[in-house]
Amino acid sequence: MEHRGRIAVLMTPPVLWLVLLFLLPMAIMALFSFRAGTFGAERDIFTLEHYREFFQNAGFQRLLWQSAVTALLTSAFSILLAYPIAYFLAFRARSMQLTLLTILIVPAWTSYLLRILAWKLILGSNGLLNSFLLSAGLIEEAAPILLYSRAAVVVTLVYVWIPFVTLPIFSALQRIDRSLLEAAADLGCAPWEVFLRVTLPLSLPGVVAGFFFVFIPTLGEWVTPSFVGGVEGTMYGNLIQDQFVRALNWPLGSLMSLVMLILVIVQIFIFSRVVRLSDLAGV
Amino acid sequence: MRRRDLLSPGFIYYALLTLFLYAPILLLILFSFNDGRSLTFPLKGFTLKWYEELLGARELLDALGNSLVLGLASSVVATALGTLAAIGIARFNFPGRSAFLAVAAMPMVIPYVVLGVALLILFKTINPDAPLSLWTVGVGHVVINIPYAMLIVASRLAGFEANLEEAAMDLGLTYWGTLMRVTLPISAPAILSAFLSSFTTSFDEFAVSFFLIGTESTLPIYLYSQLRFPSRLPLVVTLAALVMIGSVLIVVFAEWLRRVGQPAARKGDL
Repeated sequence: MEHRGRIAVLMTPPVLWLVLLFLLPMAIMALFSFRAGTFGAERDIFTLEHYREFFQNAGFQRLLWQSAVTALLTSAFSILLAYPIAYFLAFRARSMQLTLLTILIVPAWTSYLLRILAWKLILGSNGLLNSFLLSAGLIEEAAPILLYSRAAVVVTLVYVWIPFVTLPIFSALQRIDRSLLEAAADLGCAPWEVFLRVTLPLSLPGVVAGFFFVFIPTLGEWVTPSFVGGVEGTMYGNLIQDQFVRALNWPLGSLMSLVMLILVIVQIFIFSRVVRLSDLAGV
Repeated sequence: MRRRDLLSPGFIYYALLTLFLYAPILLLILFSFNDGRSLTFPLKGFTLKWYEELLGARELLDALGNSLVLGLASSVVATALGTLAAIGIARFNFPGRSAFLAVAAMPMVIPYVVLGVALLILFKTINPDAPLSLWTVGVGHVVINIPYAMLIVASRLAGFEANLEEAAMDLGLTYWGTLMRVTLPISAPAILSAFLSSFTTSFDEFAVSFFLIGTESTLPIYLYSQLRFPSRLPLVVTLAALVMIGSVLIVVFAEWLRRVGQPAARKGDL
């Protein structure tokens, strides 16, 4: 019984904070999507108008779909680039393993905003890449390479995410029992067969985790596209931001935001299922 | 690793990718010393004038001050709440524990745009005329940082058996006395590490701040507003270089703290 008092004292402040300033705002946002307007009398009228608008407007859905494609491309490239690094660190780096891993991770801890800013400066038409290529005589005239395109968003985000994807793949590879690899080799598997039939399948939980680590936050991105994406690179997150900052249609923005929230929760649900299943399969 | 390993394809790939990760940061630092207004090659020569100009940029220093105050205040609150929750979940089993964990972890995965607009709506619903300020941004930053603070401290506590605390209570300390004299001292490195991690996150945070800031400015908000003016770019780059170097130092220090006193650290690892 005395435990109950202790738990109450410890847990009440964090629970209150999260309920009042995290769950409650989400609930109010959900309610706001039914309001007719942002201000004044319209605010007190409840309507399904925005739902109709959202589901009839093909533009919104296309942007959501494009954002999913951007997130998918970003995840795929991040995993492709990070997998060999994780493999090298897990199997080849030996005593240098932790040092090399730390060196790789440090940039991920520096300012996210400033690294995106750096990419904007690098890719711009008066930017570093152009002037470097010009002065090296590799190109004739300056043109924005990549900047203000979906490719620029993907490149910048892949750059940001590589260290975050390396970690789960690395730890999945670390957990593999080395005797399994020896056994496969003893039974006549060529090195590439050992990789394809033993190492890769056993590392899949890490790959799946890395995929969701990238896909979920990328789907909700709005800062990177507004720095380097231009019109072509605009993402769903920019659309939400626009409803609150420029269009001042908060109810519609709330609905868009709610759709995003539900999508994320669904993905996390899938993630928790998939990873547990593949963990079981790996045992 | 032996010399032969340095020429292996694996290491060469590692080196190239690491270079790719560091290059933009190194370029920012390089150009902060470049004697020219435009960020273009070839470099113009070495100068410290941008660093001198930084010292005279009033608005920028205000924004820096705001970010420091915001970071300190929101990190103290987030670390305190996270530590309470960590002790609760690491030492007790109670109904609703797993539900709490699920909710407390959510701010880590919710897109920041969703969190930002939801808090904006909350504040405007409570009082439509309420001005946005550093306070409202701080509330958002605390929500963002609670899960990380909680996980950092909880993982430290999981590394120590609860019997230390039980021993202290057997020897006559009250539960709260034990908390102050055993549990918190044990957690101290993790609590400091959680604080530093919260601080760096808050200091860099843009996506949520953007919706919740009023007329004041934090450093990321100020930097964003300066991007429209090409002539201000060298100053932006110089500030960026300083912040990068500072955050690397803080991160290395926090990581060192996390490892200090970690039981069973293998000597060969570092």
